[in-house]
Amino acid sequence: MASIRELHRQLTNKERSAEELTRETLDRIETIDPQVRGFLQVMADAAIDRARRVDAKIAAGEAIGHLEGIPIAIKDNICTAGVPTTCGSKILENFVPPYNATVIEKLEAAGAILIGKTNLDEFAMGSSTENSAFQVTANPWDLDRVPGGSSGGSAAVVAANECTVALGSDTGGSIRQPASLCGVVGMKPTYGLVSRYGLVAYASSLDQIGPLAGTVEDAAILLEAIAGYDPKDSTSLKTEIPSYYKALKPNLKPKRHLRIGVIQETFGQGVDPAVEQAVKDALTVLQELGAEVQVISCPTFRYGLPAYYIIAPSEASANLARYDGVKYGMRVEDAENLIDMYAKTRARGFGSEVKRRIVIGTYALSAGYYDAYYLKAQKVRTLIRQDFDRAFNHVDILVCPTSPTTAFKAGEKTADPLGMYLSDLMTIPVNLAGLPALSLPCGFDEGGLPIGMQAIGNVLQEQLLLEVAHAYEQATPWSQKRPKL
Amino acid sequence: MTVATPTKTQYEAVIGLETHCQLSTESKIFSASSTAFGADPNQNIDPICAGLPGVLPVLNQKVLEYAVKVGLALNCEIAPYSKFDRKQYFYPDLPKNYQISQYDLPIAQNGWLEVELLDEEGNITRKRIGITRAHMEEDAGKLVHAGSDRLSGSTYSLVDLNRAGIALLEIVSEPDLRSGQEAAEYARELRRIVRYLGASDGNMQEGSLRCDVNVSVRPVGQAEFGTKVEIKNMNSFNAIQRAIEFEIERQVAAIETGETILQETRLWEENSQRTISMRTKEGSSDYRYFPEPDLTPIEVSPEQLKQWESELPELPAAKRKRYEEELGLSAYDTQVLTDDRDVAEYLEATIAAGADAKQAANWVMGDVTAYLKESKLDIGAIALKPAILAELIDLIENKTISGKIAKEILPELLEKGGSPKKLVESKGMTQISDTGAIESAIDEILAANPDKVEQFRSGKTKLQGFFMGQVMKKTQGRADPKLTNQILAKKLQG
Repeated sequence: MASIRELHRQLTNKERSAEELTRETLDRIETIDPQVRGFLQVMADAAIDRARRVDAKIAAGEAIGHLEGIPIAIKDNICTAGVPTTCGSKILENFVPPYNATVIEKLEAAGAILIGKTNLDEFAMGSSTENSAFQVTANPWDLDRVPGGSSGGSAAVVAANECTVALGSDTGGSIRQPASLCGVVGMKPTYGLVSRYGLVAYASSLDQIGPLAGTVEDAAILLEAIAGYDPKDSTSLKTEIPSYYKALKPNLKPKRHLRIGVIQETFGQGVDPAVEQAVKDALTVLQELGAEVQVISCPTFRYGLPAYYIIAPSEASANLARYDGVKYGMRVEDAENLIDMYAKTRARGFGSEVKRRIVIGTYALSAGYYDAYYLKAQKVRTLIRQDFDRAFNHVDILVCPTSPTTAFKAGEKTADPLGMYLSDLMTIPVNLAGLPALSLPCGFDEGGLPIGMQAIGNVLQEQLLLEVAHAYEQATPWSQKRPKL
Repeated sequence: MTVATPTKTQYEAVIGLETHCQLSTESKIFSASSTAFGADPNQNIDPICAGLPGVLPVLNQKVLEYAVKVGLALNCEIAPYSKFDRKQYFYPDLPKNYQISQYDLPIAQNGWLEVELLDEEGNITRKRIGITRAHMEEDAGKLVHAGSDRLSGSTYSLVDLNRAGIALLEIVSEPDLRSGQEAAEYARELRRIVRYLGASDGNMQEGSLRCDVNVSVRPVGQAEFGTKVEIKNMNSFNAIQRAIEFEIERQVAAIETGETILQETRLWEENSQRTISMRTKEGSSDYRYFPEPDLTPIEVSPEQLKQWESELPELPAAKRKRYEEELGLSAYDTQVLTDDRDVAEYLEATIAAGADAKQAANWVMGDVTAYLKESKLDIGAIALKPAILAELIDLIENKTISGKIAKEILPELLEKGGSPKKLVESKGMTQISDTGAIESAIDEILAANPDKVEQFRSGKTKLQGFFMGQVMKKTQGRADPKLTNQILAKKLQG
């Protein structure tokens, strides 16, 4: 699929109408998605209606914004008024929100065409999208492999050209890891840059909504549209949003000397040699573009994973307590009494990974364990942030692999939760520190599976990250490659 | 309160109160729904207070202001940095199955309030009661059970979330209270304070002020506390007092007969005037508190604190002290007059308009209060404005009218207002203080009743009242009573 800039040109030059673009997108989904299974729901009628309004605007000679008429997919944990929002869970299978998430309001105001809701690991808990209660999404590069997760549906439909861009959410890597495994660009913004209002909470202090796109430029356009202070989200940042898109230049040369740090601890044991090599090659390209590369040590990096698996489940155990069968969503019919209804509804409504994390979180917050687990994990979190702060005294951007491996086979890790958790080793510390990071394609392994490189910036350094990523993308062929379906 | 027993062991009660006070904000603590009482079920709700997926709380800043002001009025330290926490438990009236509350960093701590206790002879005892803490939290909804008054045993239960998310301030006292009377007075004083601040209407019947009481007893002189029992379900101050008195007697009797006091929650039954066991507490509940990640920490700057402090009104205790010392009012009158801030301010405005303090107090406590009760109006809404009452009192003081006439014209002034002076003039009701006029009136009466004059002079002195009445009748009550009495007495003696 063409880039947003190209589609925008076609629309404004009337080479193609928004309705045509939408219908082509819907046709493509109908043809391709039975293999990819990225969408849980496609909103065809609403999308065509919306496209017609864009066409009317164009016909009236009005100027249209970049996102107007552009098909976009939404991860199904972002609330859409009147459209089911399931979180990939049986417990919310019949839940229809009466309100829109702030990002949806912004996209609708920007004229984007909401084309469908995408599959995810249940409540965004997982790294393969296999934890969805409804379907397993395939990796468009190899249909036997997972797309990563939890925003696997969004990454896969962008990779498969089923739509131009998509929204995902990232709590410990859930945008970047599937972006890496599907060969697309995925960005987790600084915590608080994008409103969380309407994003069904997994771990509130870590969750962020962000873009998945075929190119850095498309990601920049989408981020620009969804970022910004929201009075409905107390944790949202009061900050000016620059034009990320306009700042993009084809090379780094006019910029001041760019210092890139390679995180020492992210190479070696457990990392695919092909992944390691691709990232090293990417660093060479960046050097050629004018960046100075140095090795940086973040000794607490490896404590991110265990700290995350205390903090995120702790918050999740409270966030998911509301799914009790009382007010909305699933309720069992055969309960003896209130406690029985709670127990049976939650036992049948939640999948095993969700239950595992609820149990871990409940345990970690229990009297007598709080200090040893939750409080200790929060201290680790502070140390990780300090480690990043120290690193950013020396460099502007940190680079490492996004995921230690390329896409693995469906079913390969489902019996090994800890093995699955290791997929997010590189991405988790970024969430704990609240920093922005993106994953962008940097090569392929011998099996032809995409490899992603993660670039991490300091707080609110999205613009710099996008500029560097864009320059790299322009200098390399990776983004032009698309899976054959 | 100490209770004497046959074995001569003296017991004392140790009592602490946890008071939940709904704050008078228009909208809920974390969302925009109305807090109006009495709406149809689930009318005042929104996705946030109903705990829908994906919603986020935003603190209503008025809640913080009220909480800080109450904290200041209770002589608390206000935390420059505090936070919200999640208190987790499952119950159908709690939509998120956690309550957003404050755990280890409450907005206010370490305060006190002074209760003023009056005995039957009108002697005052003042006592400081420690305030452990005050913290902000959200209220839960209400359950309506079918076929039972409780969840267990009901065929089904309905959830009404109108109350869910209304802002509460939970105020916890130190265990400094020793009797039902003290506890009830503490609760009354707390209610007065929050009402003075406009922070809460303190309405116990509507549940905007709810007191849970912890009571234990121990032999006098024993340092450690006895086993504590929690009592709930009192919806008046009298009920608080009686429930505690019942509970103290029950616990002392139990100890005397060798029973163990169970740590439990008991319900006050208004009908039978006793407490009954509701549930036994087995260890303390584990609420798995942790910091609320959806809300940022609360910071109160010194400037903000100063601003709110400067906005505090004169509080009931200060008013009482001033009324007694400066206005010379009795402790009892003072308590009555300062109970409601509007009444106290009405009184003060009346005095400021020139009225004598004691006279103004009598009118406000007497006829004005009676009228308020009868008309169900607030004092601010009546036509008799303080200046009018002051004018009326002045007319009596300068003998333009008698107290009797004043009472006669009062209903019209209460209903319609206007100038009392003009009213008595237009009705020709001014007092007759002219000696000549009174003398001639008396002469006429005496001349018309020679037999009664005779009886009086032969010793039936009670008849003076009859003559007085006749004079008043003749002058339509306008004769100066004091002067009339003097002249009458002189003339009757011959």
